[in-house]
Amino acid sequence: MQTLNGQTTTAQPIQVNLQRDTFLNIQDVSKVYATPKGPYTVLEGVNLTVQEGEFICIIGHSGCGKTTLLNMVSGFAQPTKGVVLLQDQQITQPGPDRMVVFQNYSLLPWKTAFENVYLAVKAAFPEKSKAEKTAIVTEHLELVGLTEAAHKRPHQLSGGMKQRVAIARALAIRPQVLILDEPFGALDAITKEELQEELLQIWQDHRCTVLMITHDIDEALFLADRLVMMTNGPAANIGEILDIPFRRPRNRAQMTEDPKYYELRNYALDFLFRRYAHDDD
Amino acid sequence: MAVSSQRRPRPSLLDAWMPTIKTQGRKFLTSAIALFIVLAIWQLLCSGENPVLPAPLTVLNDTWELIVDPFFDNGGTDKGLFWHIFASLQRVAIGFTLAAIIGILVGVIIGSSPLIYDALDPIFQVLRTVPPLAWLPISLAAFQNNEPSAIFVIFITAIWPILINTAVGVQQVPNDYKNVSRVLQLSKIEYFFNVLFPATVPYIFTGLRIGVGLSWLAIVAAEMLIGGVGIGFFIWDAWNSSLISEIILALVYVGIVGLILDKIVLLVGRLVVPGGPQ
Repeated sequence: MQTLNGQTTTAQPIQVNLQRDTFLNIQDVSKVYATPKGPYTVLEGVNLTVQEGEFICIIGHSGCGKTTLLNMVSGFAQPTKGVVLLQDQQITQPGPDRMVVFQNYSLLPWKTAFENVYLAVKAAFPEKSKAEKTAIVTEHLELVGLTEAAHKRPHQLSGGMKQRVAIARALAIRPQVLILDEPFGALDAITKEELQEELLQIWQDHRCTVLMITHDIDEALFLADRLVMMTNGPAANIGEILDIPFRRPRNRAQMTEDPKYYELRNYALDFLFRRYAHDDD
Repeated sequence: MAVSSQRRPRPSLLDAWMPTIKTQGRKFLTSAIALFIVLAIWQLLCSGENPVLPAPLTVLNDTWELIVDPFFDNGGTDKGLFWHIFASLQRVAIGFTLAAIIGILVGVIIGSSPLIYDALDPIFQVLRTVPPLAWLPISLAAFQNNEPSAIFVIFITAIWPILINTAVGVQQVPNDYKNVSRVLQLSKIEYFFNVLFPATVPYIFTGLRIGVGLSWLAIVAAEMLIGGVGIGFFIWDAWNSSLISEIILALVYVGIVGLILDKIVLLVGRLVVPGGPQ
């Protein structure tokens, strides 16, 4: 087990704060929702620091507050206690520097793929000329292989193509943090693997920081630098963080031949399905 | 583009259209037969001595002059049917346009604010159930004039479905779209034109379709009371002269015009939101 580097971040928040190159800092964050039955604590005392350019995957059972945690990074929700800092600035509202790829694509159905991306580019770079904005949109649609489908509307596109548009839209505005909430959950296995590889390729070229929620351990092992495993709610926390040491660029076939891969996979499975097995499962 | 259109051989276009032509043709044929049967029964029922209502052939015979010459104008109210319908349509156009503009504007405002919506919704729910003609005496009292009163009746009849549908449409804008505009920090104006309005358009057009139907219902009744040129007055005038055949002809025209109005709004709605969820 010496390869696992499992650590509970709650135990050492001070050490974490001293790191100089901390990019995103989730400090002692709790989230309490008021319900008719009284206050409900979703998250309690969550600490996480992310370096610039890191790829973080977050895994945990449904209801453990993964989405709540990322909503506080994107700014759609505010922590009840604690702060989320991006480059030492407190996050108080959503903004294009923390672009989100939503679970259900969230493309505007009355706009073509091109227009969907263009709207984001126009909002993010109002000072650029029309030709420059058009060039950015074209470039990013090409990046996700959608040049041919640029003038189709979302209802003419498959699920995988819609998610590609959403990724192109997110990347086109050059976010500092890219937040993906289970982006490939609704896709078939083959499309999913294709998109994972494309995402990894793009991330390697762009080097933006990525936070991604997933339910798929293999996906997390293939993509992430670190895998954040959450305990169950209520009052969920980060249980453990797995370092995923495989060298990049990663090759799926080579990785799965590595015995370390199965060690990590079994460790994560053990965490999710034995130590923090969900009551409903 | 040129390559892809060449790839498709010419006859296939006809092949592609054939099923549509066949189903449309079959639909047309079945409704034509049904219409013929209805007319035949009517003809049989009303073919005795002094029938209560004229039979179809009698109607055709009595009103032939009106049918072949809808454009005559002998001054006053003695005009062809085209001019009567045209006058009614003008009133509907003015009243309905006003209702559409104000209904959509107010609908967007009350839909955007839960507070205003809660405050005004009960009032709208009561007002929308008031029958169109019940507004006529009040509007006559207020305007002291027939023409604006008729237009006001159209306006007040058509505005409720437009206003209420618009408000509901604004409330139903999916959270996903709102989140996209929040993360992109769209300005209020950009949000309105790129998200709110397109998302609400299908609801607005449902309201407009109901509204135009109600307008046409109301104008005929209102014109019976206020007189002047108009298809409603024409019917009332025919009744006073016991020209039942003319009434029946006018009813057919009223029905056809109402149908055309409905289809026009439907068509415009489809053109405005070609990519929207239909």
